[in-house]
Amino acid sequence: MREIIITELTQASQELARAFAHYLPRLIVMLIIAFVGWVIAYLLKVLVRSILRLTKFSKLSENSGATQLLKQAALPSSTELLSRFVFWVAWVGFILLGVSVLGIVGLQEYISRFFLFLPRLFVSLVILFFGLLAASFFSRAVLLAAVNANFRSSRLLSISIRIIISIFALSMVFEVLGVAEETMLIAFGTAFGAVMLGLAIAFGLGGQDLAREFLERRLGTGKREEKEDELSPL
Amino acid sequence: MAEETLLTDDFLRQLINVGEVDIVVGLPTHNNANTLEPVLRAIQAGILKCFPRERVVIINADGGSQDGTPELVTGVSIDDVWKVSKVYALRTLHSISTRYAHTPEPGTALRTILAAADLLRAKASVLVSPDSTTIEPDWLQRLARPVYNDNIDMVSPIYRRQTSEGVLMRNLLYPMTRAIYGHRIREPYASEFAISGRLAADFLAKDIWNEDWGRVGAEICLTITAITGNYRTSQCFLGTKTHPDRSGGDLVATMRRTVGALFSSLDSNFPLWSTITDSQAVPTFGTQSEVTLEPVRVNRKRLREMFATGVAELEPIFRSILSASTLSELQRIASLDVSDFNYPADVWAKTVFEFAASYHKSVINRDHIVQALVPLYRGRALTFLLENREGSGEDIEKSVESLCGDFERLKPYLLEVWADRK
Repeated sequence: MREIIITELTQASQELARAFAHYLPRLIVMLIIAFVGWVIAYLLKVLVRSILRLTKFSKLSENSGATQLLKQAALPSSTELLSRFVFWVAWVGFILLGVSVLGIVGLQEYISRFFLFLPRLFVSLVILFFGLLAASFFSRAVLLAAVNANFRSSRLLSISIRIIISIFALSMVFEVLGVAEETMLIAFGTAFGAVMLGLAIAFGLGGQDLAREFLERRLGTGKREEKEDELSPL
Repeated sequence: MAEETLLTDDFLRQLINVGEVDIVVGLPTHNNANTLEPVLRAIQAGILKCFPRERVVIINADGGSQDGTPELVTGVSIDDVWKVSKVYALRTLHSISTRYAHTPEPGTALRTILAAADLLRAKASVLVSPDSTTIEPDWLQRLARPVYNDNIDMVSPIYRRQTSEGVLMRNLLYPMTRAIYGHRIREPYASEFAISGRLAADFLAKDIWNEDWGRVGAEICLTITAITGNYRTSQCFLGTKTHPDRSGGDLVATMRRTVGALFSSLDSNFPLWSTITDSQAVPTFGTQSEVTLEPVRVNRKRLREMFATGVAELEPIFRSILSASTLSELQRIASLDVSDFNYPADVWAKTVFEFAASYHKSVINRDHIVQALVPLYRGRALTFLLENREGSGEDIEKSVESLCGDFERLKPYLLEVWADRK
């Protein structure tokens, strides 16, 4: 009995030692890959940060309104955030590559899924950024045009444009990410319809004067305000 | 090089038929049939009276008129003018026309006329606005003679105007051009002017034509080219200038082609204008005529309302363009009633300079910056009208001179905000 136990223990420890000896090189390889990955990811981060600074990305981000959003969320600047994102994506990618060397069954599938997901994540971030940029640009253009045309409720009009474009961009992002596609589609349809209906009602009821003014200008049937028009700039 | 792509084959054939000329009279048009006839008569009378021995051609660059404007230019007969003036030209007077586009582009029209003048080796080119109904035959002589005879490179006009006319010119374009470039040219964006062949050739060679502001605001760029290129400039008194359409058209479009072009010019000319500290008078010819000022009929309440609404609604945009102190000053002004309304000259000058610096730094889209200035200009226009409500022509001149003084005094402030890396 005693001998059997000693034999089993010896066998188990030998197998453990064999398994450890079998995995040790792989573990070392994994650690090396992770370390090299960290170095490469760090270099990528520095490179991306420099490129973004050189191309004045922060100005673009400020123009798009992304900087304001980040400030409100107590997040670092867009340049810093993007370079950190590149760092983590690159490093996590290397870590997963290292883990795959260990040959753990079942993990391979998740790792390949992660790598397949990366392009979609990148595309969705690009869509989100340009969506915010477009929302900011068009809402500002509408605000300026409305103020200069002396429309009332110009800011409401501008905010509505921003919301509509942002919702549109977000729904595209979710579709690209494949997150709750159907729900997002329905939610977008409902939200978009509600916003448009709300605007129509607001324009028709709340902004009767504005609607009249707009239609009169479009159809040219209204009385022109001649007195102010006598001011000639040139 | 530019001419090859700009001038159509048909137009080139017409130019070849004309041959070399001494003077080109350019008429950029777009649906001007209503006002064109008296202008053409005045031009023809001016040619007969002042340049009977010179080879002169009238060139019409049309931006897609639908009312028969080009036909009016080419079809008008000089016989009627001969009968009235009893003076006969010793040369054939050609009137030719070309359609440069289907939509009007003032810069392209000017470029077409200057390119044609360059091909015809004209010594002088005179541009005349087709809606200058107050034009007199003498205008042609006053504009073209110094260029043709005295080697002056650019003659720009000085008009006598009503208080409610030329408000942007008197409150922004003139004071700012004068403060920046140091030349007291009263009409940096003139609708009538004359230039020499060498200035025309130099201007055509500029690379502004690919820029949006170059295409729409070429007139102001031409003035700046004359100043920065050390060309000989002068001015002449032309008399009363009124616009038949007193609405002044689309204010935003006007701001784009004048203020936008002026702001754009600051980028490339920084080394030059940053060293200029004062302004110098420009030789001026002719006799200054008086204008009887009519009462100003402008809806002041509406102007104040548009200014106040602009300041309130565009606050987020102004925060990225203006300094905190200027913005708070604007908010204070916006709270004033019409009777107390006052947008002081120094605050206005600071506002314009901060806009120019923001335009340079592209803090937001550049076109949006120019558009954002529109409601503030309305506020300044209201102050200008209120200040000169009871004033004479002399008083208005003093007021403009004082504003120019503020712009010149505050130029170091522009350099400061220009250099600010914020």
